[in-house]
Amino acid sequence: MDSTQLIAIFGSILLQSAPLIIAVCGETISERAGVINLSLDGSLLLSALAGFAAALLTGSLLLGFLAAAAVGAVFALIVAFGSLHLRQNQVAIGFVLAMLGDSLSAFLGQNYTRLPGPSVPAWHIPLLKDIPVLGPILFRQDAVVYFALLLVGATWWFLFRTRAGLELRSAGERPEAAFTRGVAVRKLRYIYAVLGGALVGIAGAAYSLDVKIGWAEGHTRGMGWIALAIVIFGGWSPLRGALGAVLFGATKALATVLQRSFPQVALVAFNAVPWLLMILVLVLVSGRLAAPLLARAPAALRRPLRGLLQAAPPAALGQPLDDN
Amino acid sequence: MSLSKTRLERVWPLLPGLAALLVTTLLLLAMGTSPVDAYSAMWQGAFGTSARVYSVLAFLVPLLLAASGLLLTFKAGLWNIGIEGQIIMGAVAASWVALRVQLPSGLQIPLELLAAMAGGALWAALAGVLKTRGGVHEIFGGLALNNLAILFTNYLIAGPWQPPEGGSFRGTQPFGAHALLPLFENSRLSLLSLALAIVAFAGVALVLTNSHWGLRLKALGQNARSAFLLGVSSNREMLLAMAVCGALAGLGGGVRVLSWFDSLRQSISGGIGYLALMVVLLAGFRLVLTPLVAFFFSAVLNGSITLQLRTQLHSALGDILTGVLVLLVLLFGNYERVRRAFRRRRSQADG
Repeated sequence: MDSTQLIAIFGSILLQSAPLIIAVCGETISERAGVINLSLDGSLLLSALAGFAAALLTGSLLLGFLAAAAVGAVFALIVAFGSLHLRQNQVAIGFVLAMLGDSLSAFLGQNYTRLPGPSVPAWHIPLLKDIPVLGPILFRQDAVVYFALLLVGATWWFLFRTRAGLELRSAGERPEAAFTRGVAVRKLRYIYAVLGGALVGIAGAAYSLDVKIGWAEGHTRGMGWIALAIVIFGGWSPLRGALGAVLFGATKALATVLQRSFPQVALVAFNAVPWLLMILVLVLVSGRLAAPLLARAPAALRRPLRGLLQAAPPAALGQPLDDN
Repeated sequence: MSLSKTRLERVWPLLPGLAALLVTTLLLLAMGTSPVDAYSAMWQGAFGTSARVYSVLAFLVPLLLAASGLLLTFKAGLWNIGIEGQIIMGAVAASWVALRVQLPSGLQIPLELLAAMAGGALWAALAGVLKTRGGVHEIFGGLALNNLAILFTNYLIAGPWQPPEGGSFRGTQPFGAHALLPLFENSRLSLLSLALAIVAFAGVALVLTNSHWGLRLKALGQNARSAFLLGVSSNREMLLAMAVCGALAGLGGGVRVLSWFDSLRQSISGGIGYLALMVVLLAGFRLVLTPLVAFFFSAVLNGSITLQLRTQLHSALGDILTGVLVLLVLLFGNYERVRRAFRRRRSQADG
């Protein structure tokens, strides 16, 4: 394998990971504010269909992405309303929505199956695209990839470097304390849950209009649960989450390459990789394995390793809020 | 103009059902199908003939088994989403015995059913150990294990267990007649399995209402810390609840291969585990309601399969009907809670 091939593979890994990166950022924002949106799998499916159908019917990619964002936002709004106003279990509502989104997409998508449709065009950035190695990987992509990359940086900066981001995190960490200091916790939770949901919707359209063009039943099935697991792996940080999404994409790409080289190994072994990885990675970051591992690591490595391996969820994640 | 409060309160439980019907009716109209025709096809599909009713009951068996198991895990505060994989591994274990072992008729089927329970229990215990030892939340461990179970089934069907005439990728060769459950009047219903499901549900009900174990699970589910202070070993209780739930789900999987089908198929469960979660959520974890809701779900699902055969409309319509119903009941089912939420909002707006 020569270097051009390798560069092409890295470029395609980044493209394949872009929707996951977007969904992971959206869910990270929502969970940081204290709302678990467990509906991701159904929400991705229905928004992928909505994005594809809207773009096909109107001929406008932008309307496709907007329709998808609206679907994702509505799903998140239902979760937020159910937990923040009606004080119901977020996990239960999210689970039911995940199932419902799946069935709705199967039913409504029956007339859109395997139709040719519009797709996001490639858009190479002048000058930057000529940088050796990095140019072809990062800058000969399309708007979805650039959006995903910018979103990671913007989300990180917003969460950890702005006052609004601090208030967002306080709503998820210590809502009672934030409330007594005048932070409108419930309002913030609504806003960021819906914003996160809209991003998940955009991720759905990123599949059906760019990365996995078109629609078929169960088009993105499984990816929502993987995104939720990556948020945990990412320790509720957009940077680590994006890294997780890219590593996931890379592992899948590696499995595809290996499968071509070793056709005698059953295909099923390669399909099992994402799920085995999910278990392994969650065990690794759970702390039960990380803590003894860190204790044995050389002192110089301990700090960076801890940053990579350990993370606690926002303290009030999924908790109801007593604000009256 | 407005209904008096007590009247509204009285019709309140019916509203989610009506709203769910409204959603599916709108979907049918959008698809250009007459809702009356569609609903009557669904009704016919569920109750039209006695054969259809047997089919509803046959589908009910694994659903009720899984839902009974979930009553235990929910009581312990666990979200056993991995139940889908536990059904599948039960089916795989039963198929292994059916394909590989030949015993006198009185032993064959009991051994298959025991294997099914062991397969389900093992897969559930794996999710349990991942939680107690590995710190992996049972939702994610369970989902990963579900997908691994599906892939394992596909591997068996296409590989070691493929029919001698070559793999069709759809299923193994049919098991011998000696290995299958006796069926009732040419239907897919095994009365033995129905009896087992009823016994299993009664057993779970008994455990939850009248046993010390039920009490310990309840303590665990309500507050892990106070359970610990009471001397309840949370890890052991959790694992036990998972394993028993998995055994019941696995039994359901065994019933699928030994009566609903006659071989191991690709989508051997086809989402029964997820459906069972919806059943228990709609029943609000209440014992008496669980079998009734399971029966209702089974009827809707069978009806929507007939609908698909007759009108080409996707059978997911049935899942949409039940899904909207569960969602609305979860959100608005408790009248008092809804009233309080809106009254609070109004008083905030006033104040």
